[in-house]
Amino acid sequence: MKSNSLWKDAFYRLSKDKLALCALFIVVIYFLVAVMSGAGWIASSWSQEVGASNLAPSLDHLFGTDIFGRSVFQKLIRGTQVAMSVGVAAAVIAIPIGVILGALAGYFGGWVDDFVTWLYTTFSSVPNIMLLISITLILGKGIFSVYVALGATSWVNLCRLIRGEVMKHKEREYVQAAGAIGGGHFRKLFRHILPNVGHIIIINTSMQFQVAIKSEVILSYLGLGVQGEPSWGTMIDDAKLELVRGVWWQLAGATIAMFLILLAFNILGDALRDALDPKLKGK
Amino acid sequence: MTKYIIRRLLYMIPVLLGVSLIIFILFKLVSGDPTAVLLGKNATAKQMADLREQLGLNKSLWLQYLDVVKSAFTFDFGYSWSTKQEISKMILQGAYPSLCLSVPAFVISTVLSLLISLVVAYYRGKGIDLFIRVFCIAGMSISALAYILFFQWFFAFKLGWFEISGFEAEFPFVISYIALPAIIWIVLSIGPDVRFFRTVILDEIYQDYVRTARAKGLPEVTILLRHVLRNALIPIITYVVIQIPSLILGALLLENFFSIPGLGGMTLNALNSSDFPVMKAMAILSSVGYIIFGLLSDILYTLADPRIKFN
Repeated sequence: MKSNSLWKDAFYRLSKDKLALCALFIVVIYFLVAVMSGAGWIASSWSQEVGASNLAPSLDHLFGTDIFGRSVFQKLIRGTQVAMSVGVAAAVIAIPIGVILGALAGYFGGWVDDFVTWLYTTFSSVPNIMLLISITLILGKGIFSVYVALGATSWVNLCRLIRGEVMKHKEREYVQAAGAIGGGHFRKLFRHILPNVGHIIIINTSMQFQVAIKSEVILSYLGLGVQGEPSWGTMIDDAKLELVRGVWWQLAGATIAMFLILLAFNILGDALRDALDPKLKGK
Repeated sequence: MTKYIIRRLLYMIPVLLGVSLIIFILFKLVSGDPTAVLLGKNATAKQMADLREQLGLNKSLWLQYLDVVKSAFTFDFGYSWSTKQEISKMILQGAYPSLCLSVPAFVISTVLSLLISLVVAYYRGKGIDLFIRVFCIAGMSISALAYILFFQWFFAFKLGWFEISGFEAEFPFVISYIALPAIIWIVLSIGPDVRFFRTVILDEIYQDYVRTARAKGLPEVTILLRHVLRNALIPIITYVVIQIPSLILGALLLENFFSIPGLGGMTLNALNSSDFPVMKAMAILSSVGYIIFGLLSDILYTLADPRIKFN
């Protein structure tokens, strides 16, 4: 019987999972919208008036207009750009920190492990929301602070997982064999062990992505996130006063936009875990 | 066993020192020199120097850090910048409304989630299982803010079933203020709770001892309640215990939306008025809570499961 590599096998399993493919499709669309909006191809004129104030949704304005007569749909697109950029930035910061610290701790053990364990226990002992609020306060309100704050909180989980997995792998025969033919620590750790624990990074990132999006919305709602740009969080903040006057479309728009991407990441995260880590199936 | 507990207790010390260090660095960086902010534009140099002395800003950094560590034990957090009250008193006042909301909500949501996941586990793989799983994932994908806004608008404003916001400490009246935020809390936690409990229960259901029980001819319900639930309770209890400190902080957003004068609302007010001592106090208090209950949850786990080795 021909055997496939883990990645090939996982890819095959994912391609059979129609629900996961739909979720992947939604994620890709959101990324495309975010990139196009970032490049200024779409929704670049979101701040211009397109009609009267607070128009209800119609064929002309899919999600209606806000109090200044701006298109809620275009604001949603800008909000998508903000939300996706936060997810990516948090991952870009968290992955190197989490992987390197986790790998070193798991591989070398001893005082390195003690130090890294202490570091992530300490970080995970401060409630996330307090850490997020404090960091955004220090760096000043704005999207950059949100990136850093989320990066600083989301490496912890990845680091713990990688450490545990590397610990399991370092005693396996293939690592001993690599050592026997003269491979050093660096080679054993980065050429042999890390590719075998790489799936954890993918699974964890797809889980952390939705945490990042949810946190961005809450931070923006609290006024700590993006300034002078629409975000799903600031749109929900606007809706707080509008709802009483029957203006529901900003809330509905932001909720639907968030719902689709969070749902997609939830489904995709589960599917990736099942496909890449068969031992964990169903967990 | 005793050795293990003692070692875990001792490990709290470096973690607490680390947490104090993070909080100290963060708030040292945020607050900078607060005297100008506190005294306003027309302060004299003498006033500023006096205040700096009073706030302990003339001490060495090392001693200022020790003050943070000390406050984690004594709960003496100094005075609020905006209300000028003693922070430990404010915390005591805020704890009651917070707990009024969080304790009933937490108990009901945990029990309800456990019941739902037992039903789901009983009908695993059937329509109702799929339905509830989809329901959980969909429910988790909606922003907490959207739930709060919609429920408050619909049930309190439109239908008038509950008070829109506010708080009253007297017993029968408190319910009309607490009920709606508590319902939202329950709705928010059922998704993740059921998902976790279901996984834990299903992990047990495929074990050999369950097959033995079934082979013995025990009815499925007895197996579920007497065998499976008992074993599944170990991870469930630790999961529940570790969430207890978040009850003290209440629900930041819920308290804010419903104007409940609890600790979560207090934290957000402090954030809006840049009242750093209060935020620092809440950060320390909640971290200490996390450390203590994290330890408790670990110890419970090892007590409940004799298979775990203490090394």
